[in-house]
Amino acid sequence: MNKLNDKIGHFPRQLEDESIYIMREVAAQFERPALLFSGGKDSITLVRLAQKAFYPGKIPFPLVHIDTGHNFPETIEFRDRLAKETGAELIVRYVQDSIDQGKAKEESGKYASRNVLQTVTLLDTIEEFKFDACIGGARRDEEKARAKERIFSVRDDFGQWDAKRQRPELFDMLNGRIAVGENVRVFPISNWTELDVWNYIKEENMEIPSIYFSHKRQVIERDGMLWADSEHLNKEADEIPFEATVRFRTVGDMTCTAAVASEATEIDVIIEEILSAEISERGARIDDKRSEAAMEKRKQQGYF
Amino acid sequence: MDILRIATAGSVDDGKSTLIGRLLYETNSITKDKIEALETASKRKGLDFLDLSLLTDGLIAEREQGITIDVAHIYFSTPSRKYIIADTPGHVEYTRNMVTGASNAKVSLILVDARQGMVEQTARHLSIAAMLRIPKVIICVNKMDLVQYQESTFEEIKASLTELVKQTTFEGQEISFLPISSLYGQNITKKAEQMPWFTGNTLLGELEAFEYAETLAHAPARFPVQFVVRPMTEAYHDFRGYAGKISSGTFRVGDAIRVLPTGQESTIATIEKFEDKLSEAKAGDSVVITLSTDIDISRGNTIVLASEANAPQLKDFSAQVCWLDHQALTPGKTYLLQHGINITKAKISQITERLDVVAQTATEGVDSLKLNEIGRIALRTAQPISADVYANNPSNGAFILIDEFSNSTVGVGFVQ
Repeated sequence: MNKLNDKIGHFPRQLEDESIYIMREVAAQFERPALLFSGGKDSITLVRLAQKAFYPGKIPFPLVHIDTGHNFPETIEFRDRLAKETGAELIVRYVQDSIDQGKAKEESGKYASRNVLQTVTLLDTIEEFKFDACIGGARRDEEKARAKERIFSVRDDFGQWDAKRQRPELFDMLNGRIAVGENVRVFPISNWTELDVWNYIKEENMEIPSIYFSHKRQVIERDGMLWADSEHLNKEADEIPFEATVRFRTVGDMTCTAAVASEATEIDVIIEEILSAEISERGARIDDKRSEAAMEKRKQQGYF
Repeated sequence: MDILRIATAGSVDDGKSTLIGRLLYETNSITKDKIEALETASKRKGLDFLDLSLLTDGLIAEREQGITIDVAHIYFSTPSRKYIIADTPGHVEYTRNMVTGASNAKVSLILVDARQGMVEQTARHLSIAAMLRIPKVIICVNKMDLVQYQESTFEEIKASLTELVKQTTFEGQEISFLPISSLYGQNITKKAEQMPWFTGNTLLGELEAFEYAETLAHAPARFPVQFVVRPMTEAYHDFRGYAGKISSGTFRVGDAIRVLPTGQESTIATIEKFEDKLSEAKAGDSVVITLSTDIDISRGNTIVLASEANAPQLKDFSAQVCWLDHQALTPGKTYLLQHGINITKAKISQITERLDVVAQTATEGVDSLKLNEIGRIALRTAQPISADVYANNPSNGAFILIDEFSNSTVGVGFVQ
């Protein structure tokens, strides 16, 4: 009964209305909100929604990017262009600075990544600018612990998430009241699925970084997945780079985001691939595979 | 493409998580890597079958105890609909999470264990579904495999619930009964071979066929102003737009409007959605409205049609309330009342009665409402609120109560 292609091109518009409503609540309820921008399709969607929510006014909060130094160059270039086009303020803070200040320690070994380290820089940035609300592009369909997250998620002084102390969220009423030192993480696209995001990007004719589309690139094979070869990847002797035609389904760091072999150069083909995919979106993220409760544990420590 | 929101309810171990896992599994909504992860986790638990409940029990404490504590949101879609399931906890002590999860639902799935029949939670959840005015309830008699798929067992349970259903239901609410086995996938998306005596629809069939009468667009027009858009740029020097999501009814360009609570009147000049100019907008649309005259409007004001002579302005009213906090509700205390996006102080003058949702009785003269309890209160707000009676217009009749000191959401109320 579920023919895969029947799901393409059907974006439930109601989702956009609900997300715009959330964006406006953030601007109204908080004094110093920020939009956490990673350059991935989810945060690009957030920027689009923010643009629509306040049009013809400008986005009333800055875009904040925590740069791990391991980003794909294509993402950085895209980020700068988008900020310019929308006229939004862009704030960038670097994980490298946290490492240099001795606040974070570089991981070692072949799975070394800066994914966990970025939490340190994020918390410092929140403190530096006294942000009281940070908008993120997390979705509940991504992962089991995310499925339990509220739209307004209150974090304590240390940025920690306490699953047992979550505020009830009833109807569409959002309670963003916080004490001094606390802040709120806001997830306007909580109820979107990966498919919804892609269908929206298609319907809105939005531009996304080129690495989402099929291209040729030097990769290595590890654990049955393809990884972009780069100076940041700790390779073992038998991991020899070769050229492959790939694309990325999610855009994280080069060290923790695997590529999929793909010939898809158009968005329709990408959506078809998602529908028939054998691996879920976060399945290509090594950071979640560390243990079954990996995400919940990172969230308790302030990860967004 | 529309969205149908569903909430599950039932007692502990009725198999809610398994039912949802089954729905996802049979609608091809689970990717291969997730199924492999399930296989590994099932084996680790020493099971020789796929434990589909592991798909949704996401928190560490939940996996340890094998129960659902918090509301999880699960998604699947068919070519005609996107479904959002709020998987809510079964334990009595998590009733507040159940109310939370069900607050947006248009369909409530109440599970009953075929071996046990109706239990206290069944009555509680039926009452809550009625309190929230959920238009459709499907009572799923689960674990039919454990009673040899007997028709008589199903009919007995159905008969035992008839009286209770009659007491709790409201006019227009659809209630149906369905015999299922989540574990073996009987009557979930496929007809039950084991129960040829059952001629009704499958669960998915019922969900696909359910048409929620779009009454919201015909309800009185309510537009709560969320945010005032004032670009003050050269191109939009004098632009002043009111941004918000229409909570009920329909607004058209040229409509004469009134602003509550100030009572000022004007006419709608434009209705805008990003770069598009619309001729009308209805319930659920997030738009920006501009008016033909400059009047003073701020966040929290509500725009209604000027033709509606007696749009509600409540200051002293009564409400049904479900208490969500460990610290009990005590009369005389002041809370913050949030109605939609509007916040004002409110004093609870009296708890009129406490409802026993299981026995369907009310006790008068109570001095507190504890966590998970439901009652009726009289309250008075500092500023009038533009709320409708919940039963008449659910999208504009609910509010939450916030503790001024802890900032927690401590209660939910329904204007009566």
